[in-house]
Amino acid sequence: MRHRFFLAALSAGVLVLAGCGGGDSGSTGSGPGGLSVPKIDKLASLGAGEGEVNIVSWAGYVEDGSTDKTVDWVSDFTKETGCKVNNKVAATSDEMVTLMKTGEYDVVSASGDASLRLIYGGDVAPVNTDLIANYKDVFDGLKNKQWNSVDSVAYGIPHGRGANLLMYRTDVVKEAPTSWGAVFDANSPYKGKITAYDSPIYIADAALYLMKTKPELNIKNPYALDDTQFKAATDLLTQQNELIGEYWSDYTKEVQAFKAGNSVLGTTWQIIANLAEADKAPVKAILPTEGATGWSDTWMISAKAKHPNCGYLWMNHIISPKANAAVAEWFGEAPANKLACAQTADKNFCTTFHADDEAYFQNVWYWTTPIARCLDGRTDVTCKDYSAWTQAWTTIKG
Amino acid sequence: MLSAPLLWLVVAYLGALAVLLVSAFWTVNSFTGQVVKQFTVANFRTILTEEVYRNVTLRSLGVAAAVTVICVVLAVPMAFYMAKVASPRSRKWLVIAILTPLWASYLVKAYAWRILLANGGPVDWLLGGPGNGPGYGLFAVILVLSYLWLPYMILPIYAGLERLPDSMLEASADLGARAGRTFRQIVLPILIPSVFAGSIFTFSLSLGDYITVQIVGGKNQLIGNLVYANIGAANNLPFAAAIATVPVVVMVIYLIAVRRSGALEEL
Amino acid sequence: MTLSGFSRWALRAFMALGLLFIYVPLMLVLVNSFNGDRTFAWPPHDFTTRWWSAAWANDGARAALLTSVKAGLGATAIALILGTMVAFAVQRFKFFGRDTLSLLIVLPIALPGIVTGIALDSAWRSVIEPLGIGKGLFSVIVGHATFCVVTIYNNVLARLRRTGVSLEDASADLGASPGQTFRYVTFPLIRSALLAGGLLSFALSFDEIIVTTFTAGPGVTTLPIWIFNNLFRPNQAPVVNVVAAILVVLSVLPVWFAQRLAGPDAGASRT
Repeated sequence: MRHRFFLAALSAGVLVLAGCGGGDSGSTGSGPGGLSVPKIDKLASLGAGEGEVNIVSWAGYVEDGSTDKTVDWVSDFTKETGCKVNNKVAATSDEMVTLMKTGEYDVVSASGDASLRLIYGGDVAPVNTDLIANYKDVFDGLKNKQWNSVDSVAYGIPHGRGANLLMYRTDVVKEAPTSWGAVFDANSPYKGKITAYDSPIYIADAALYLMKTKPELNIKNPYALDDTQFKAATDLLTQQNELIGEYWSDYTKEVQAFKAGNSVLGTTWQIIANLAEADKAPVKAILPTEGATGWSDTWMISAKAKHPNCGYLWMNHIISPKANAAVAEWFGEAPANKLACAQTADKNFCTTFHADDEAYFQNVWYWTTPIARCLDGRTDVTCKDYSAWTQAWTTIKG
Repeated sequence: MLSAPLLWLVVAYLGALAVLLVSAFWTVNSFTGQVVKQFTVANFRTILTEEVYRNVTLRSLGVAAAVTVICVVLAVPMAFYMAKVASPRSRKWLVIAILTPLWASYLVKAYAWRILLANGGPVDWLLGGPGNGPGYGLFAVILVLSYLWLPYMILPIYAGLERLPDSMLEASADLGARAGRTFRQIVLPILIPSVFAGSIFTFSLSLGDYITVQIVGGKNQLIGNLVYANIGAANNLPFAAAIATVPVVVMVIYLIAVRRSGALEEL
Repeated sequence: MTLSGFSRWALRAFMALGLLFIYVPLMLVLVNSFNGDRTFAWPPHDFTTRWWSAAWANDGARAALLTSVKAGLGATAIALILGTMVAFAVQRFKFFGRDTLSLLIVLPIALPGIVTGIALDSAWRSVIEPLGIGKGLFSVIVGHATFCVVTIYNNVLARLRRTGVSLEDASADLGASPGQTFRYVTFPLIRSALLAGGLLSFALSFDEIIVTTFTAGPGVTTLPIWIFNNLFRPNQAPVVNVVAAILVVLSVLPVWFAQRLAGPDAGASRT
């Protein structure tokens, strides 16, 4: 009797296998030549809330007072709209994409290195910005950009932004750097104490540097790299690997490394520089002459959202001046809503983070998912996509 | 009565594993990120031909082996002391002392080591000044993983030794065997399956780890990081699955090899 | 084997060093929970108890602790039932595939967590979700139980092999019903094995993060996930240290309790 069961179980296993192999095939007509966005309709009008909303977010974006009683912009939302918020914190952009693909979540705070993947994967729907009352107060510099729209169709609501700065220990690095050249210099005296961001998207930092220093490569956009350009960038990074002490991805690690002196020079975020300074580490963060890469997060709504109305209500709430100011201060980034600057607890906050300094952000290339169709508009070549970037990053780290 | 649980284990879990391994032969459309279910060995060709994957695999195996060896070297005398030398009263407390650290979060412990090994941190200080310690890198990874998994090695060895009656050791001594011979002929046969059992934990936990290496590994990467990076680069589940095949194959071979020693029943 | 005084001394010294190695980092966690510096600068310049009060007021941590306890208890309960059943089946009956079974049961824990995590995730989505049960705490419990079964199975099987069936036969011969036999003979025999296995299973579940990441549904935050989310934020990292310190202290209780309950021969052993 038992062995019959075992056989039955085995054959059932084969069935599952076959079942999984079958379904789930493409919703999109896509050939190697072109790239089309899955056709998904945006919400036409707002209905009543569904009573809850499932969110994927960065740590610190959705705070309901459970971390710190004074940090709470969720309870009011729930009180006003009746939408209970279930939040899942993702550690990386990649995890966000994976989670959104499950279809269990309504809303996501995607960074630019995830948003296009979500759009082209058909995982998120276009956003009807007319239904978001606070959208009109968002900085124009953030609207309809390459990482949150396709052909002028908005796929998300900008949340905030920041730049990847160059930070150094003022007591160790004697000659104050002004250029990214400092982290790529093969003869750097700080060999073994240089740090870089641990993600394939960091390849864009090298591309940005090459864009300014090697005009013959003709790089127009650090996220649109053809074979030659891509090879130049990865070669530069392979050479940089010799100089690296460690790659960082979480900011406790980065602050601690700069404090202890394991790292003395490398990329950083404004919030990390502020925290290190607050803990009395002698550091300084600058925007180098070449400009920098940066990030701007976007609230997007799932194409399979089970709670679209609550999702829209949330997107409107999170960029309302008060909530936007609170989240920007807690997380450490420049808010997206112009009116938020008047609502911050620290009156200098928007100045420190250059929130309304469009000239500052003019030099910032926000993270955008590299895709095969070149983002700079070239049609005669194909560009390296994010999978290729990921594999190259593995090779660079060795 | 066995059907329901076994159904889950065999059908769902093994089925999913099988699907995962099959998906390693698929690819991803680089434009849409959709999985293309067409048989190809391209993923495996990349893994086998590109040097970096060989290096990372060898590095990961080296780390897992080193961690296992260190754990064995530390665990055998400790477990022997606990089971055969300590008084029954203190034995109980020693078991508690070994079990307790399992409850402190893995992440917190790894971060504690990051602080210990920091430039000018306690280890540097003990060794005479900033920069004298090992710092972050492969050595730190091996050290921290050995630390994290040590209890999983001690417990099965202790359990095995405890089952060995003291009278047997005495009989061996009474019959004139020297300590070395008693160890070889009485203790060792008990020890070996226990050590293998512990090594399944230390070896596989090390092989699958991708967090410790991020915390104390400096610029190194292990095979777990590659799987994680490619799953995430989400669209490339097939490639991640292909990389994941490597530790799976290694572990299955290892399990089959040690099964003969009876190790699987000592966990 | 009679050990010379020197060997005993050397073993004792080794044990002491081993315990030192195990406990120094934990001490550091405790010290750092009072460190005024947010990223644990060494040596600490100023001491503060504010992290402790912050942790006390942190509802998120408490909720996560509760979730983890639920997950651990649930997974252990399932593992206890399944592990015992399979162990009995393997010990008492012959059936096709029996020898493969131990390999199969070890597999979920022996394969790297990331592989088990992905496999369980896709299994859940293709097998369970169509039945209308989405991912949530339950999927975490099932996921953890999958890799916890082995601890119970092995403990119970070892005990059964050692005790044989003669006592149960005797009980049946004396007219006890199967229920009575289980209650008065079999269960007391395997009780300490169940406790030892259960304890290890609970500990495994309680500190698991990789498989949990892949099996947890929206809004389900276990303690390791909470720690993962908070450790990497300097504002919160010291609070995490406090939570870890509390855990270490509290963890003595269940272990000690189980030791008492199981009698002198228990602990991790399955004598």
